Amino acid sequence: MKKFFSSYETFVLIAILLLGAIITSINPNFLTLENILDLLKSYSFIGILAIGVLFVLISGGIDISFTATATVAMYAMAVIVNNYGGNMVTAFLIASVIGIVLGMVNAIIIYYFKIHSIITTIATLNIYYGLLTVFSGGKWIYSMPTWFREFAQLRVFTLANENGGQYGLSIITLIWILLLVLAWFILKYTVIGRGIYALGGNPVSTERVGFSVLRLQLFVYSFMGWLAGIAGVVLTLLVQSVAPNSIVGKELDVLAAVVLGGASLTGGVGTLWGTILGVILIATMNNGMTLMRIPAFWYDFFIGLIIIISVSASAYQNRKKKKKMIAIEIE
Amino acid sequence: MRLKLSNTMILIIALVGIILLMGSVTGASFFKASNIQTMAFQMPELGILSLAMMVTMLTAGINLSIIASANLTGIVIALTLTYFLGPDMSTESSVWIVLLAIAAGLLVSVVVGLLNGFLVAYMEVSPILATLGTMILLKGVSIVLTKGYVISGFPPLIRFIGNGKLLGVPFPIILFFLCAGLMAIVLIRTPLGVSIYMLGSNETACHFSGIDNRKVLMKTYLISSILAGIAAVIMMSRFNSAKADYGESYLLMTVLAAVMGGTSAAGGFGKVGDLVIALVILQVVSNGLNLMRVNNFLTIAIWGIILIVVMIANYLNNQYQQNRRTV
Repeated sequence: MKKFFSSYETFVLIAILLLGAIITSINPNFLTLENILDLLKSYSFIGILAIGVLFVLISGGIDISFTATATVAMYAMAVIVNNYGGNMVTAFLIASVIGIVLGMVNAIIIYYFKIHSIITTIATLNIYYGLLTVFSGGKWIYSMPTWFREFAQLRVFTLANENGGQYGLSIITLIWILLLVLAWFILKYTVIGRGIYALGGNPVSTERVGFSVLRLQLFVYSFMGWLAGIAGVVLTLLVQSVAPNSIVGKELDVLAAVVLGGASLTGGVGTLWGTILGVILIATMNNGMTLMRIPAFWYDFFIGLIIIISVSASAYQNRKKKKKMIAIEIE
Repeated sequence: MRLKLSNTMILIIALVGIILLMGSVTGASFFKASNIQTMAFQMPELGILSLAMMVTMLTAGINLSIIASANLTGIVIALTLTYFLGPDMSTESSVWIVLLAIAAGLLVSVVVGLLNGFLVAYMEVSPILATLGTMILLKGVSIVLTKGYVISGFPPLIRFIGNGKLLGVPFPIILFFLCAGLMAIVLIRTPLGVSIYMLGSNETACHFSGIDNRKVLMKTYLISSILAGIAAVIMMSRFNSAKADYGESYLLMTVLAAVMGGTSAAGGFGKVGDLVIALVILQVVSNGLNLMRVNNFLTIAIWGIILIVVMIANYLNNQYQQNRRTV
């Protein structure tokens, strides 16, 4: 119980509850099941990407090329299913394969040439995105097949509001939840998951214990790529069109959500629970600003402020912890 | 035969090779005086921003907020100008207003630098996160100040800074060499410079040799921010406008230029002279691609590929040097 109250995640949870209470007191529409289910649907895209970013951060790296990966995956998927037909399975399969391959490219460059992951992924972001825009001519894809549109309408359960409108738990949110369960299982109960934490904590010891750093990095970056591919399909399901320039540039928003959830850039630290809270905090803020009628141009300002406060707070906590440890050694 | 090439030599050889290549591909238009002058006008913005990036990389940090900080500086200068400048103002009083506006802008840069420095040095936030946060925050402030619109139309004096010539030499390139020269002197000849390199190679050793790491970091981020502010003046002058999201693609280019110039992302290594040569190489390539009418997005992809190739070459060169030493 004491651990629960002193953990970083609890602070985020309290922040969300406070923010939620303020928003609800101004606009009661916030705390309705319909609004919350709607938020969970529209934030599945960022939520799925955040899982991948969490894995990369825990392993001690950073990846900002995933928006380009997602764009390439969804564009290729849309072109193929529009021209050759297919179904939901092939759509996800195409995007997954592309995502995994592009992620592996990152891992190979990072491992074999020992290039810092931020420099590698800045470079590959530009390569993937630049080449896609050249080959696609920057054209948007507006129409998706009928079965693709119908799939996006599916719900796990359906409710009706007093005006007769229908809402419910979307299948898109279900995809996010399933991926969360999978990621939780990998991190908690598999050797690879524990290896990722070890790699972020201390790469040299990880290798001495017998993990292959190459395999771990290949897994982490291709997992990120795979999730980026799936997120690309999910975004296409949400908006039913594909624009080559719609998400590149948003990579730092996702990174911000994960960092707000307590993951550290030095590796070895971070939980799925925290990441979920980070995404929810950003969703609540964004939605709350709309419901409270605050002009959208304040958005970046508040997000930036929250990031600075939260990273300072966690850095401050770390420093205090370090000081305590030194004191014990002296005694 | 013993082959020992310094980084500077490799860069000069690459530069000569690329000039010859671009010259032969694009023909005589490349060597025209007007084309060379175009390059001299284009290089300084990126050049000064790269200096701003490099100085933080020397301490094993990074400054993601330089572009956002430059845009905010530009916007503050632009707002001050449009606030004070009447339509029928004498040239003499407008000079004072321009100077006042630039001072206001640079003051903003100083505040940004202090904020970054405080977060990195005193709060011990990792530089990527700290500057990521300030980057989003500063962009937010810029958007709030301008509501997302462009501010344009400045007096001739401002336009001179980015487009004018002094004794036939483009004024911005003079500014760039001033900044680069000053940086080189600070890095090589002053205690601050030596501490910056030491802090980058070994933080703990630096601390135990009696240097106040925090003060050094604080000054580093201050220098970085002021350089971004100077770049801002050139940028707003060349665009003749200021906006919250100008030049965002420069961020990759500054990292690329610094890394190509031999600055290590792990800190401790990198020379201003090498950075300048790397910048000239980038400018020649970009100009050549432009003359060949290569698609802009293909150019972006090519930058990415060059960045990776340069990093791989650096890595292989290091391996080679190390192997020789062990033999």
